[in-house]
Amino acid sequence: MTTKPGSDWHRDIFDVLLAQDFSLVAHVPDAGHTPLIKLCEAHNGIDVVTLTTEEEGVGVVCGAWAGGRKGVLLMQSSGVGNCINAIALPIICRIPFLTIVSMRGEWGEFIPWQVPMGVGTPGVLEAMDVRVFRADRRDEVGATVDAAAKLAHNTRQAAAVLLSQKMIGAKQFKEG
Amino acid sequence: MIKRRPAVKYLLEDRPANLLAVSGLGSCTWDLTASGDDARNFCFIGAMGQAGPFALGLALAQPDKRVVLFTGDGEILMGLGALATIAMQAPANLAVLVMDNESYVETGGQPTATASGTDLEAVARGCGIATARTVTRDDELESLRDFMRSAPGPAFANVKVAAEALPLAFPHSFDGVTAINRFRGAATV
Repeated sequence: MTTKPGSDWHRDIFDVLLAQDFSLVAHVPDAGHTPLIKLCEAHNGIDVVTLTTEEEGVGVVCGAWAGGRKGVLLMQSSGVGNCINAIALPIICRIPFLTIVSMRGEWGEFIPWQVPMGVGTPGVLEAMDVRVFRADRRDEVGATVDAAAKLAHNTRQAAAVLLSQKMIGAKQFKEG
Repeated sequence: MIKRRPAVKYLLEDRPANLLAVSGLGSCTWDLTASGDDARNFCFIGAMGQAGPFALGLALAQPDKRVVLFTGDGEILMGLGALATIAMQAPANLAVLVMDNESYVETGGQPTATASGTDLEAVARGCGIATARTVTRDDELESLRDFMRSAPGPAFANVKVAAEALPLAFPHSFDGVTAINRFRGAATV
């Protein structure tokens, strides 16, 4: 870490990804991930793959691993539901799979439609045999991603880090 | 009408050492297997809709290899957005071949959307894959073979094939770990 853990938690994630030789970042953008996506886009050694739907990211990350590269899928909790059957691929082939999920619908949420998948996200991932990690405080984000990424790649498991909405901060919408 | 099984075998005969083949679930996996077992093949037997994204990730990870995806109209229709994602990344080493029989043969031959007007070449072009063609005749297979192997990617071909219920040919292992380990070993040489 270049600074005190948590003072810039997006950069903490970025530093972990670089330290563990991740070189592909697939995402459907979310405001919670935007600073990290910008860091990745500015780095020549990272391919940033913008997806049309989150489940593509499962295949992209798994294909990259088959070709010898580490990738990560960034998405919002609403995207987790889109990935369910796709997760069969890393599970049945025991392909190391890491996703970092920015949570919505759980802490000070403004948009009702975010709530169902926000509530369902941990259960859906666990039902698909994904190891679920959670970061509730900014100073634990880097260490949590580090632990999840190591578990995924050292033991060939699927792992998800849920970044809590309490930690990210709930977006408030204003009309007009 | 093109017969898919001899066509796939022909397309892969004397394949270059650096050609990696991925097949989408169903008929394409049986076709690829019937063309001859090869560690450079990875055959989906599930996760419908994931073969295209997988081939994209593989192509990005192995830019010096030629990655060829064989998949069906039903499989690609499940995730047409992947063609836009592929176009956006524009991997020069990726060729996508859809063996389009206009039906879900394995489940009884129900028509797919390509049977009633969906034009996958037009979809690919519309997504931004300019190197796209449709193949309908046996005498086009030779040029398709060159296209598949060396057209600057991303390259897309919709290959209209007969709707046939052919004998299944199972890949060397149904176990995903066995399959991916062997493939990864060959793909990362």
